[in-house]
Amino acid sequence: MFLKRLSLVKTLNFRVILFAFALIFGVVFSIPSLTQSEQGKKITLGLDLQGGLHMLLGIKSEIAIESRIKSMAASVKYIFDDEEIIFDELRMVDGEKITFELLDGDDVTKATELLKKGLEGTALSQNGLKFSLEMTEAETERTKQNAIQQAVDTIRNRLNEFGLAEPTVAKQGEDKILVEVPGIKTQEDEQRIRELIARAAHLQLMAVDEDRNARVGSMSAAEAKSYGDVILQDVNSPEKYLLRAIPVLDGSMLTDAKVGFDENNQPVINFTLNGQGAKIFGDFTGKYVGKRMAVVLDNKVYSAPNINERIGGGRVQISGRFQLSEAHDLAIALRSGALLAPVYVMEKRSVGPSLGADSIRSSSIALMLGFILVVIFMVIYYGMAGVVANVALIGNLFLILAIMSLFGATLTLPGMAGIVLTVGMAVDANVIINERIRELLHAGKSIGKSIEDGYSNAFTAIWDANVTTLIAATVLYAYGTGAIKGFALTMSIGILASMLTAIVGTHGIYQWILPKIDKNKLGFWFGIRKEGK
Amino acid sequence: MEIFKYKKPLSLMSKSKRFGLLSVAVLVFALGLIFTKGFNYGIDFAGGTLIQVQYEGKAPIDKVRDAIDTDKSYEGATVTFFGGEDEIVIKTKMSSKNLGEDVGDRVRALLKETGKFEVRRVDMVGAKVGSELREQGIMSMLLAILGILIYVSFRFEWRFAVASVLALVHDVTIAMGMIVLFNIEVNLDILAALLTILGYSLNDTIIVFDRIREGIRTIKDPDLGGIIDESVSRTLSRTTLTSLTTFFVVLTLFMFGGEIIHGFSFTLLVGVIVGTYSSIFVASPILMWLGFSVGGFREKEAAKLKREKEKEKMRAMYENGTI
Repeated sequence: MFLKRLSLVKTLNFRVILFAFALIFGVVFSIPSLTQSEQGKKITLGLDLQGGLHMLLGIKSEIAIESRIKSMAASVKYIFDDEEIIFDELRMVDGEKITFELLDGDDVTKATELLKKGLEGTALSQNGLKFSLEMTEAETERTKQNAIQQAVDTIRNRLNEFGLAEPTVAKQGEDKILVEVPGIKTQEDEQRIRELIARAAHLQLMAVDEDRNARVGSMSAAEAKSYGDVILQDVNSPEKYLLRAIPVLDGSMLTDAKVGFDENNQPVINFTLNGQGAKIFGDFTGKYVGKRMAVVLDNKVYSAPNINERIGGGRVQISGRFQLSEAHDLAIALRSGALLAPVYVMEKRSVGPSLGADSIRSSSIALMLGFILVVIFMVIYYGMAGVVANVALIGNLFLILAIMSLFGATLTLPGMAGIVLTVGMAVDANVIINERIRELLHAGKSIGKSIEDGYSNAFTAIWDANVTTLIAATVLYAYGTGAIKGFALTMSIGILASMLTAIVGTHGIYQWILPKIDKNKLGFWFGIRKEGK
Repeated sequence: MEIFKYKKPLSLMSKSKRFGLLSVAVLVFALGLIFTKGFNYGIDFAGGTLIQVQYEGKAPIDKVRDAIDTDKSYEGATVTFFGGEDEIVIKTKMSSKNLGEDVGDRVRALLKETGKFEVRRVDMVGAKVGSELREQGIMSMLLAILGILIYVSFRFEWRFAVASVLALVHDVTIAMGMIVLFNIEVNLDILAALLTILGYSLNDTIIVFDRIREGIRTIKDPDLGGIIDESVSRTLSRTTLTSLTTFFVVLTLFMFGGEIIHGFSFTLLVGVIVGTYSSIFVASPILMWLGFSVGGFREKEAAKLKREKEKEKMRAMYENGTI
């Protein structure tokens, strides 16, 4: 007994030790994923398995450029008013440029200098006293990129503030935004989240054109435009307002927005302006006492109160007969900033949690059944050699889980299919090796020689076959999207892991147990019957 | 247990014409299907919306159809059972860019009166994304083939590469034909399945080719047909066994993996069968038809060996300081 054990110590080799380490590594690092414990790195389930919302959003960046020009116009007005430069005919043309006319020729130098200093990235052209201001090409491109980046940040902020667990928001490609939100329970919740994301939250404070407002009912949009006005509708009633197109100020000067309640216990949103905003707001309300100012959100008028006195401190309230949840979402949207450009859906995939659970269950059953079938088949066909191959297969499964856990990889439904498929293909290496060993045994070689030659004969075939499969998997990974990437990933990891377990591992085990293999029991060890020579 | 015990080589090459004809016939049939009936593109590639709804109890499919019909914008929408009787899938070519209220939300409102249900899945792909995905799919297929062509040329010889790629095209085309025949909806997962077939079928072919390469070096008789017969017969056991184990797992996926990966596992099932057939009966004859010469390959190998030996000799001389 002691001697026998000694013989196994003697044949311990680096391959079997390496395999043992790999097995321990695999088991240890796959435990957090298998038990879904709080601690340790683990595999995250894809949205198709745990349920959630996946969206690819496009962005209308031309709108960002238009509103940039609009705010440039507001700046021009502010600068000129501040320096008491008299001007007229300040207009936006086709959402591309601003035109204005100076009334006093003496102001030209001062005006151009002020604009150059105050408005970066613009080109000013002059024709007599008529000026036109355009954005430079570089500035246009920068505005576009800025709009995308800002949309990514804003959407992320909104989702974070909404209190969702680990949403992903990332720029994809040149001009797309990827949004992934796990753990949404119902379709209604999902719609609410989509509305929160879509909300432009573009806040504007606009002056009512009191001189012409009485005629708003019969006025066309074109006529309003000719006065430098716009017609906007009330959010709750069909009432229309004629407003100056260039706003007094907008949401970019907002520092905070909170849900509050008015005297009737109706939810309202209170917001605070920054220093510059408060000053503009104070100046404006001081100058236009007795007139009305409209609070406009996403091009709907929420209220248009009379200005009774100058309002300092920069505190403004929006009331609009809100639902509490609506006010809550709106405050989040205002706080996290406006979207510079509207986003739209290019692709959406949404999976309910119950369907995800069903998918996990059915693919686990498939994995388990496939695994059991393969394991039984290998033992019946190859005897102990099949058992050795099965040990490698189990090691392979643990290794796949461990590697995925360490990388924090995402397991998707196709990824599960990839693991199932790997089970079928991982034993392939052992089938090839076992067939080679059998061939050599039939040829009358000794067991030790058959094993060694069997491995070396089989190696090139296994290597070439695996490399070519890896090539296909790599292409899939590079070109695939979302769930398909998961499939390519698990398959690649499976192939690499099988090289270690099925080739190195089993080879080591054979070398280790070689002294125990009885050459008279080849049926038990390799599943073959040797004809007497 | 031994099923395929090697006794003497099967004479496959003498029957290669018959297998060739069979393959060509099936290929023509598959191509005919692809070009006449065409693929049934799902929303991934054609754009549109898919809504999966589960009812408590049997789904009232007629009521659902009536409810959907009340909205003109859903013209051409299809409603079918999905997996069991309690679940249905509604498909429409429409997709909406609007984030706030999309096709799924509207369907939910339309179905309100039809019973107690839960919307379990809404997939929506815009037409632009669909065509992008299709382009990407074709690109990935071509790239994978190119990569394989280069690797096999490098490891074997160009004729091996061409033969293996032709066998691949054979397998993938037939699998595509079956997809059309059984009206499987083509989505991204089908593309993944086809690419897997690509890798899998190649895997099989490479094992056989590896044996042929070995046969060329070890078998004295330079008759390629004989070498191929011997090599294919020697690997027959492995080819069938591996296919069998893979077939087992794909079959369990097909039967128990759930409705969502049905098309995926079906495609793989076809692929495993065709892939096994092609690596035994198709790939090697192509090698012969391409005019592969055993003598030529041996000469090249010998020349390569000679060059290496000379290099080594030079290096030895250099290290010994004789140069």
